[in-house]
Amino acid sequence: MSMRRVAVVGAGMTRFVRRAMETPKELAWHAARMALDSCGLTLNDVGGVCIGSAPDAFDGVHMKGEYLSDGSGAWGKPVMRSYVGGGTGVFLGPHGWYHVASGLFDVVLVVAEEKMSSFYPHAQAAFLTIFDHTTERPLEPNLLWIFALEMNRYMQAYGISKRDIAQVAVKNKRNAADHPCAMLGEANITVEDVLNSEVLAWPVQRLDVSPVSDGAVAIVMAAEGVAERITDRPVWVQGVGWNLDTAYWTNRDLAYPEYVERAARMAYDMAGVREPRKEIHIVEPYDPFDYKELHHLEGLLLADRGKAPELTAQGVTARNGAMPVCPSGGLLGVGNPITAAGLMKVAELFWQLRGEAGARQVPGTPERGLAQAWGDLMQVGTVTILGTQRPA
Amino acid sequence: MTHPVAIIGVGWAGFRPVTPEASYKELIYEAAVRAYADAGVNPRRDVDSFVTVSEDFHEGTSIFDEYVPDQIGGAQRPVHTITGDGLHGLAAAVMQILTGRFRVVVVEGHSKASNILTLPHITAYALDPILNRPLAANPLAVAGLEACRYTHESGATREQCAAVVTKNRRNALRNPAAAYGADLRTEDVLASEAVASPLARLEISDHADGAIVIVLADAETAGRLSPHPAWIRGIGWANDSPSLESRCWARAVYAERAAAMAYKMAGIGNPAEEIQFAEVDDTYAYKELQHLEALGLCAQGRAGPLTVEGATAPDGCLPVNVSGGSLGVGHLLEASGLARVLEVVLQLRGQAGSRQLGDVHTGLAQSWRGVPTTGGAVAVLSNQLGGRES
Repeated sequence: MSMRRVAVVGAGMTRFVRRAMETPKELAWHAARMALDSCGLTLNDVGGVCIGSAPDAFDGVHMKGEYLSDGSGAWGKPVMRSYVGGGTGVFLGPHGWYHVASGLFDVVLVVAEEKMSSFYPHAQAAFLTIFDHTTERPLEPNLLWIFALEMNRYMQAYGISKRDIAQVAVKNKRNAADHPCAMLGEANITVEDVLNSEVLAWPVQRLDVSPVSDGAVAIVMAAEGVAERITDRPVWVQGVGWNLDTAYWTNRDLAYPEYVERAARMAYDMAGVREPRKEIHIVEPYDPFDYKELHHLEGLLLADRGKAPELTAQGVTARNGAMPVCPSGGLLGVGNPITAAGLMKVAELFWQLRGEAGARQVPGTPERGLAQAWGDLMQVGTVTILGTQRPA
Repeated sequence: MTHPVAIIGVGWAGFRPVTPEASYKELIYEAAVRAYADAGVNPRRDVDSFVTVSEDFHEGTSIFDEYVPDQIGGAQRPVHTITGDGLHGLAAAVMQILTGRFRVVVVEGHSKASNILTLPHITAYALDPILNRPLAANPLAVAGLEACRYTHESGATREQCAAVVTKNRRNALRNPAAAYGADLRTEDVLASEAVASPLARLEISDHADGAIVIVLADAETAGRLSPHPAWIRGIGWANDSPSLESRCWARAVYAERAAAMAYKMAGIGNPAEEIQFAEVDDTYAYKELQHLEALGLCAQGRAGPLTVEGATAPDGCLPVNVSGGSLGVGHLLEASGLARVLEVVLQLRGQAGSRQLGDVHTGLAQSWRGVPTTGGAVAVLSNQLGGRES
């Protein structure tokens, strides 16, 4: 049976900020309305709504999808909130895709909102509750610690230095200087700045980490036959993939994200991508920490294991390099309102592939991009591949 | 639906008021093993995707989707969570199969409500944090207010609501999985303590622990694997306004819209004629009446009288909640909708034991997400490919 093709036809995003004055519903609606306006649609054209938002603990709202539903444009409509922790933002690609590809919806509005500033004094404390209540929570672990473990393991396994990794933070924060919604764009930041920043949990330093942020992003997805009537430049969903590893993260070799590879292979298979290093022209991998961009490029099979730092050093991943990585500025530069940051990566591909990315526009005529996110207990990989060519 | 989807396996563990001997993982594992044996599938080989439903605050764990893959055989496979009722999870699975990229998809839902010491305090966190939560109302007040408005506009009486309770608790006596089977009189219900006026203690479902796993497949796989596929002829879901200030208090608009979507897909023009039995949300007694009217299974204001007349009893013309519903089985948090589906599947297969209805071929399952939400879902199932598929 032939699949119903699905395209992204509109996108919108709020500024990412440390503390938004808007309520969560208002943030969601600002992004939703921008996405609808960008393609000339109204709520009357929307059949269903897909919502993404990270842990309820951030907003301190139980059943946050229900709470966000009217702000996300879902009053009186079918609405469903999907969830895979930090991977949720990019999972909204597959989530919206299967709504439309199923044939049940012609147009869906896909909204990602996060308001982490509600958690007082700092959202980091919410992460105490993600650990196993019996075996881990009594140790009072901090999320930064377990990522410090993973970063250490990655560095040890391949002989990678802090300086190698810091280049990613520099690249992304410089890229973000060109993003009008960015929170931490910095055109003149240097590797020394990163290496001299406050140590949070060795080897993680402050500038290795993305910030706590508030913000929202929305996209509009439409079916073939409908998408072409909405815009003459639909950007097609060519592949989607997701994969969840065991909850027992302590049993994993943290040097390599196998679940990301499995999610990527699922998406490449659907997209008919056989040689990803040649066929993927823009990459927006998940970069909540600078080492994660490298880790994920390897998991996505876009770099050999342990070799992603070399690509960065050689400028291959620069905005004007052979394989631009995080031309948006990523989470490190634009900010990290968790699911909104993930969907921002999908929206960035949409703008880049349409040539609408302004000062961030990558050179040439890119035809295909990949967005990826990660989350849970170093456990989930989500992938969305967009392209200008309608899938066969 | 040109490419129908079927339920080919069901498994459950429970349902009981407390399960001190089993963790939620063990409950889910037991349900999963039964479902996979029932469907004849190996989760590591034959299942293409897994959908789970949960809400972090009910689990006491943030990012709860972390903890679901192992016990359902989903590690290193496509697994994701829907923060909705089990019927929303079922809808996600149906959509995935309809894309043509997935043949077998599993849905999991569970309740370990006995672990929650102060459920009303948790539920209070679902009230709008800026506009409503400062009022510090017990969230059951929302149900009390709605019961007032619904009974005022529909003319339903307290006795009619109590008849829902006596029926469902009595039905549960014939369901070995039900936690709250009882032979009650209307007077017992009416005399029970007022909790959120007009709601009395016995009109409010108690919670139970348990897990439900359901295996879905595309038509070709279902035909190959299952001797008794339950076809999902239609599915729909919708929300009214989440804001207390702007919602409809008398009617269950979410159920009306979800039903319209499901009936359209199923090609059902006259649900009161074509639906033979229904499992509907009865978190509170009045909700069963309100939902039957919203689903178009009876006229507005008629659900109460019909219940008193016995039309919704197992031997009536429209049996409702033969399983016992949430009042009799126990409310299973996010798994409640799957409990409704489970009963419809067992009835369609002729596997409902002493509560088996006579010759039935089409049933409906409906869910609501509880106070203070206005979210719900509807599925129409049949043991034959009727309607537009034929």
